Amino acid sequence: MTALATATAAPAAAPASSDTILSVRDLRTQFFTRDGVVRAVDGVSFDLKRGETLCIVGESGCGKSVTALSILRLIPRGAGRIVGGSIKFEGTELTTLPEDQMRKIRGNRISMIFQEPMTSLNPVLTVGAQIAESLHIHQGLDRRAAWDRAVEMLSIVRIADPKRRAGEYPHQLSGGMRQRVMIAIALACNPKVLIADEPTTALDVTIQAQILNLMLELKERLGTAIVLITHDLGVVAETAQRVIVMYAGRKAEEASVEELFRNPIHPYTRGLMGSIPRRTATGRRSNIRGRLQEISGIVPSLREEIPGCAFAPRCSYAVDRCRTEQPPLDPHGPYHLAACWEAARVAATPR
Amino acid sequence: MTAYIIRRLLATIPVMIVVALFVFFLLHLTPGDPAAVIAGDDATPTEIEGVRRKLGLDRPVWEQFGIYVWGLLNGDLGTSIFSNLPVTTLVAQRLEPSLVLALSTLLVAVVFAIPMGVVAAWKARTAVDRIVMGFSVIGFAVPVFLVGYLLIYVFAIELRWLPVQGYRPLSQGIDQTARSIVLPAFALGMVYMALIARITRASMLEVLSEDYIRTAHAKGVATRSVLLRHALKNAAVPIVTVIGIGLALLISGVVITETVFNIPGLGRLTVDAILKRDYPIIQGLIILFAGVKVMVNLMIDISYTFFDPRIRY
Repeated sequence: MTALATATAAPAAAPASSDTILSVRDLRTQFFTRDGVVRAVDGVSFDLKRGETLCIVGESGCGKSVTALSILRLIPRGAGRIVGGSIKFEGTELTTLPEDQMRKIRGNRISMIFQEPMTSLNPVLTVGAQIAESLHIHQGLDRRAAWDRAVEMLSIVRIADPKRRAGEYPHQLSGGMRQRVMIAIALACNPKVLIADEPTTALDVTIQAQILNLMLELKERLGTAIVLITHDLGVVAETAQRVIVMYAGRKAEEASVEELFRNPIHPYTRGLMGSIPRRTATGRRSNIRGRLQEISGIVPSLREEIPGCAFAPRCSYAVDRCRTEQPPLDPHGPYHLAACWEAARVAATPR
Repeated sequence: MTAYIIRRLLATIPVMIVVALFVFFLLHLTPGDPAAVIAGDDATPTEIEGVRRKLGLDRPVWEQFGIYVWGLLNGDLGTSIFSNLPVTTLVAQRLEPSLVLALSTLLVAVVFAIPMGVVAAWKARTAVDRIVMGFSVIGFAVPVFLVGYLLIYVFAIELRWLPVQGYRPLSQGIDQTARSIVLPAFALGMVYMALIARITRASMLEVLSEDYIRTAHAKGVATRSVLLRHALKNAAVPIVTVIGIGLALLISGVVITETVFNIPGLGRLTVDAILKRDYPIIQGLIILFAGVKVMVNLMIDISYTFFDPRIRY
């Protein structure tokens, strides 16, 4: 994103106020591989307000997870790093914070839940010990008190018979229960921000809804703001207040949920929506040919610098300018940003 | 668990029977008449006959085997041909130095190798990692006796910190024993240090790339605790396995080390018995070593359950 784009984006997006708990500006995270530099996150900005749910959507490899890991500075050393931009949490700049200070934020003020509940818990420690560990580190609870609180957290995430379960190992629990344990770990210290990276993707559909509802309910109870990363627009519609659509490490579109679903502007967002199976009131698929629409082409390699719009090679609206000049995030209404040169023409085309 | 241990102990019986059979026929498989071999090159036929009767070699083979096994079951490993002392007595006399040497070696190896491996994995592909791995290559490549003589030269002859050779039994005070065993333990421990450090690094590297390590970081766990509490316990099974294998291999290393450092242990007993063709001693020692290996294996298998709750017997 150019400096100009950031400047345009800032006033249209919720302005950084006391209401804003997390503020990301022009974040750039790169990985250094043998084949060259991968620009996984290439100038992303957004604000998160206290207690709200913000969704980040996009295909695999669009930089969603890297954005999340960057916020907690969990990008593996040696593999990649944040090369530019700013992340402010309650006014504290995280990108330059010393590691020991950062550690006090992780799992305490900002927590994270990962995609794979089967592998995200330590197999040789009891789940109770894994929850208690956070409480011990951040709240200084002694062994006994931390354990009692861990058992309590298990009952809060609605695991039956929490006393017994606390003493069990992850392999004795189902996938859904393990994700509940992850939530218990994440929320144990009442964090201000919860980053959930595809928390339900690896779960059965029936369990997905339970886990999402649990997260949202606890969010209300604790006043935690959630950054929910997903590729599932169904999840977005059910959970979020605001949505950011990411493509190839950049922000393509940002709007409130209602606005985005009613009036998607970016051709990529439209493509995403075309690829959800939908049913009309009569039970027939709404697509004309009765088939799901796919977005043709593949996600571009992030190894080369993309001069224009990253979506241009796959976009049916693309004109020459799209390939040479990066589109700024322009406002399209009170709170609606989209990075598309041809937005007017796209909007004129019925979906 | 108890049932498993009992089952495993019962399973050692056939193993030990096979070992006993092998050991017994060792004598009969040697070329020529065992009695003549034992009696020596210039023995008269009467002397050979005497040896034969003494060893019970004039009886049918199956009867001899029966007598041998019966003896084993009663804790009788036979009698030395040359010293006429029971093998058990000879072993008991030599057991302490070897046991002290083996355990000290293992202790030295584990205490140095595991931190080395952990640090190397943590600092993978840095100078620290390269130094540790370089040391590991040297540890593998340099033979025990060379390390032994080098250590003697530097620490005993030049610096005069430690005795050159010999062994002080525990009855003379543990500090004396420790002084006499430090150099042999390091000399013998070098190769195990190299082996254990290497496996620790490899196992830790694998574990450190796991999702739950990222979870631990995301919880705000300090690096030290991530390495020791979260990673090392997960990496333990291959490490313990290698330590166990090392313990079994140690027996051959003990022979050389005891020779270099002039320690009157089982290694020296073995070498002397082989040179003198004192078959009962050789047989007894083979049985003893086989028994130790079987027990070490069992202990290793049981220790897995301590490190990994998913392993249940």
